[in-house]
Amino acid sequence: MSNELIAIFNSIVANATPLVIAGIGETITERAGVVNLSLDGSIVLAAMVGFVAALASGSVIVGVIAAMLVGALVALIIAAADIDLKQDQVAIGFVLTLLCADLAQFLGQGYTRTPGPQFPFTPLPLLSDVPIFGAILFNHQPQVYVSFALTFAAWYLLFHTRQGLALRAVGERPEAAFARGTNVSRLRYLYVVLGGALVGLAGAAYSLALKPGWSTPPAMRGDGWIALAIVIFGGWHPFRVVFGAYLFAGLRALASAIQRSPDIQIPLVLLNGLPWILMILTLVLVSSGALERLTRALPRPMQRWTRGLLRSDPPAALGTRFEKS
Amino acid sequence: MDIELRHIHKRFGAVHANNDISAVFHSGQIVGILGENGAGKSTLMKILAGFQPPDSGVILLDGAPAAYGSPEAALSAGIGMLQQDPLDIGAFTVIENFIYGSHLTRREAYRALSAQTERLGFDIDPDALVSTLSIGQRQQLEIVRLLALGVKTLILDEPTTGISTEQKTLLFDALRLLAKRDGMSVLLVSHKLEDVIALCDRAVVLRSGCLVGELDAPLTTADLVQLMFGGELIQQKRKHPGTGDVVAALEGVTLRSRRMTVEPFTLRIRASEVIGLAGLDNSGQELALRACAGLVKPAAGRVMVLGEDMTGKPYRAFMQKGVWFSAAGRLEEGLIAGLTLTEHVALVADSRPLLDWNAARALTEAKLAQYQVRGQPESLVETLSGGNQQRLLMGLLPEKPVLLALEQPTRGLDVDSSQWIWTQLLDRCDVGTAILFTSPDLDELVAHSDRLLVAFAGRITEVPDAASVTIDQLGRMIGGAFQ
Amino acid sequence: MKMNWMTRLAFALLPIIASLAITALLITLVGSDPRAVFERVFEGAFRNSTAFAGVVNFWIPLVLCSMGLVVTFTAGLWNIGVEGQMMVGAIFASWGAQFLALPAPLQVGAEIALAMAGGAVWASLAGLLKVRLGVHEIFGGVALNALANVWAIYLISGPWQPPEGGSAQATRPFPPDAVLPSISNAFPVSLLGLIIAFLAVVGVALALRGTRWGLQLKATGKNPRSALLLGVPTTQSALTALIVCGVLAGAAGSYRALFTYTSLRPLLTGGIGFLGLLVVLLVGVRAIWTPLVAFAFAVVLGGSTRLRVALQLDQSLAGVLQSTVVLMVLLANGLRRRLSARRSVEAPQPTQTAVDFKQEQTAHE
Repeated sequence: MSNELIAIFNSIVANATPLVIAGIGETITERAGVVNLSLDGSIVLAAMVGFVAALASGSVIVGVIAAMLVGALVALIIAAADIDLKQDQVAIGFVLTLLCADLAQFLGQGYTRTPGPQFPFTPLPLLSDVPIFGAILFNHQPQVYVSFALTFAAWYLLFHTRQGLALRAVGERPEAAFARGTNVSRLRYLYVVLGGALVGLAGAAYSLALKPGWSTPPAMRGDGWIALAIVIFGGWHPFRVVFGAYLFAGLRALASAIQRSPDIQIPLVLLNGLPWILMILTLVLVSSGALERLTRALPRPMQRWTRGLLRSDPPAALGTRFEKS
Repeated sequence: MDIELRHIHKRFGAVHANNDISAVFHSGQIVGILGENGAGKSTLMKILAGFQPPDSGVILLDGAPAAYGSPEAALSAGIGMLQQDPLDIGAFTVIENFIYGSHLTRREAYRALSAQTERLGFDIDPDALVSTLSIGQRQQLEIVRLLALGVKTLILDEPTTGISTEQKTLLFDALRLLAKRDGMSVLLVSHKLEDVIALCDRAVVLRSGCLVGELDAPLTTADLVQLMFGGELIQQKRKHPGTGDVVAALEGVTLRSRRMTVEPFTLRIRASEVIGLAGLDNSGQELALRACAGLVKPAAGRVMVLGEDMTGKPYRAFMQKGVWFSAAGRLEEGLIAGLTLTEHVALVADSRPLLDWNAARALTEAKLAQYQVRGQPESLVETLSGGNQQRLLMGLLPEKPVLLALEQPTRGLDVDSSQWIWTQLLDRCDVGTAILFTSPDLDELVAHSDRLLVAFAGRITEVPDAASVTIDQLGRMIGGAFQ
Repeated sequence: MKMNWMTRLAFALLPIIASLAITALLITLVGSDPRAVFERVFEGAFRNSTAFAGVVNFWIPLVLCSMGLVVTFTAGLWNIGVEGQMMVGAIFASWGAQFLALPAPLQVGAEIALAMAGGAVWASLAGLLKVRLGVHEIFGGVALNALANVWAIYLISGPWQPPEGGSAQATRPFPPDAVLPSISNAFPVSLLGLIIAFLAVVGVALALRGTRWGLQLKATGKNPRSALLLGVPTTQSALTALIVCGVLAGAAGSYRALFTYTSLRPLLTGGIGFLGLLVVLLVGVRAIWTPLVAFAFAVVLGGSTRLRVALQLDQSLAGVLQSTVVLMVLLANGLRRRLSARRSVEAPQPTQTAVDFKQEQTAHE
């Protein structure tokens, strides 16, 4: 593989990382039965706060913590509004999307185009020396490795732990979870806030690494919606969510490669529409059931194995409220 | 474990669901909790199993007062309840369901599951998705799950609804084993006399929220009927088979859903006929019923109404032809929560583009009186009781439809309401309406159908001699055994 | 337990006071004086007839969008795509303004009609994505919003670029015959715009209350499956609701292009479509209150346009205040319901959620 190609794949992994982190966070939230629609605002606000906190303290760690707190706080509002105040989670999520974006712009007005701290470049020793894969996967800033770890952690939590059973049960059939002694409200609070913290982390992954600093309009505007769509495309499964994020980043990279090539005359601005067309296409792919039909073509033993990976049913109780008896 | 209930009261709004109920259940016994729909049996058992708190009253377990506020606490006190719709998680595998809520490791769970199922003669694949199981298998899973959690008292809520005769036999054998060999208390909630007579050592009978009597085995139909209905058991009259013209037909129709395929079959429906569609959950009878109203488009074959080919047309076209469909869940499919009664009537009354609210209100008042709906024209439909909702739905149907396709027309209704509904339906039959209906309740199917069709695993077959078929025979047929 | 009028008044005022307090705190946080800011906003809205005209010029497109959204919310649809529908309306109107040459009285009318058609086309795209391909209208709308903006930028920087070149800021100003005339120099508002807004309010209110179409929309919004069984053409309801909203949003877009800017420019909607969503979340689907709430929002919007010049403050403050008010009102509603422990009053929001994206599954499953 040529160095150029390796560099492209390397950049795809880097570019997809915030989408991966936000997608995993939202996956956990939605698996618990709640939609956090505010991603496109909360990521932006977390990015701004994370950057300013890092700038003020001189520490990216402080920035990361601040960003995660912002994400968690926004998620907490959604959880409380849904669980205890019984308000429509989509309405609250939408209002928070607008509020967070405006808040970021307002509070961040003194910090646009200010240089500030960034994550260090940290190739992993040994691993980064593995031919091809090392250069693609382990030659990055730390948030990329964190996204790897988060993916496996979420997968392990969801499908291989007792807590994961409870988490999924709360999103699938809360009455059954209640009957087995699970505190449905408490678990929903917990995972909505946890998912929100990861959304905040995704914000920091932008402003402290991928698109460092703060600007108006924010560089990551729109990616929150993409992340939400990727969760659907990903069938609420961490691995597929990651695949979706990489696919997305890959297609974006392809688009910008086309844009650079001298033979093809596509006006530059039109390429900005490409992510959105891709988003719609991926959603159509899922809702048409094409992915599920794919499983049926496989031999039977493999069907069972891929069933979990390729199923695209949302958690059955997603977006519904649980009332005890 | 001996259980004693003392002076249990529970009210839901104006309804006194449990009125001063006291009873004792001994270990090693199978006790039938008998009563019509709405008598308060399920409420009482949900109180005992911790799903609902009583308004007042005491529960004594082995003589000691028990205070638990959740099903989990009841479980640790040794009381487990199998709900009518088992409280499992469809997206989980059997083994995940088994583990969730227990303290077993995966390996222990596999061992415990196979040990319990083998002992009770059940057959469940531990790696199957629960959503692919039949109701009977899901019940089996819940029973072994509760046993593994160490319950000493097992409550079963209407477990024989929607399962085949084979599964029922299997279930009853298992329950006898649990009571006689293991000395458990088994409480069987049912409105079916024959089940209680076949299985129970004792019967406790509830009527309108009150405990009206207890009987020890040998139980007889006459005694139980006396207690349940106060003496009069109303036999529904069977109608003569319809001899009119064919009004609707499915000709060589194949149906497909995400879950299943219904193999090609033909069904011709004549005027004034009542046709029952029997079958376990997801056997194909629901699809067939919906296909008759154009709500499921056939993959092959033709749907005819009054001689016209309606294949592929939308439900609205069927409605205009006089074919109406009514779904099992009234507020999910049929009525619209958030709309008033008048708005419902205005929706179906005519098709003029401008609304005349005064006329609609007058029409609503007339309908409410005619169909004995207790409610105001301005009240929201979700504030009506279940029976009144069903009456309203009846009132929204046209006076002389060609065909009524009814999904579980009396689900969740008490005996009076059910009877009222069937009187209304049969009155319409007298003027030529044909009725096609499904029901998980074999009694209802046998009682009202002129013809019976049985669906099993996507095959739909007509019962040759519907007039003489017994409930037991029908139960075998829906389990896949055709004579 | 019923609440007395004082408690209810408290619950109506509390969220507004809380929002003002929060906003004041934020202003302090960026080192400004809240009092000065609120005074500037008030002055900016009511200083003189020209300032007030600015408010009205926000109010007209906002009311148009809001009335359209009342229709889509009634049908249970989250028409986030209203921004894009506005933008495409503006694009269509701009095409008319640049390339149509009709006799004077017809010219502007044709442009507005084009804008309405454009908004309707964009809205029906979101509708078709939903009913045919199962893409939830929130995602379809977000994507179509972005695409409408991309389209506008492409036109401005390409085919419709001013001959003197430029930096994709705007098209050349439209000729005087092609734009909406002002009532007067002292009160620069378009009379035609006012009339259209008024007609939209009355028309939508009447249609929802008095027509079968309106009742069918309501039935579809509350429970599409039941509605279908009661003979409501639910797909048609959803599509027509979106198209009506698209028509009104298109008209709103034309007002921005043909009057406010007299040219086509990127981000010309100024977030007014989203603001319309906030308005409707606040009033529920009670059409009558919409113009009043929209007016309050327009005051904040119009009043804060000069914040940057006067106090070096970003005018996103207006958005912060507006969405905080809506958030606080929604939370207070929940709190009130929790305290009064009554059965839920009719919730203003549509019942569907963002995740119900598989629309066409058979009712059987």
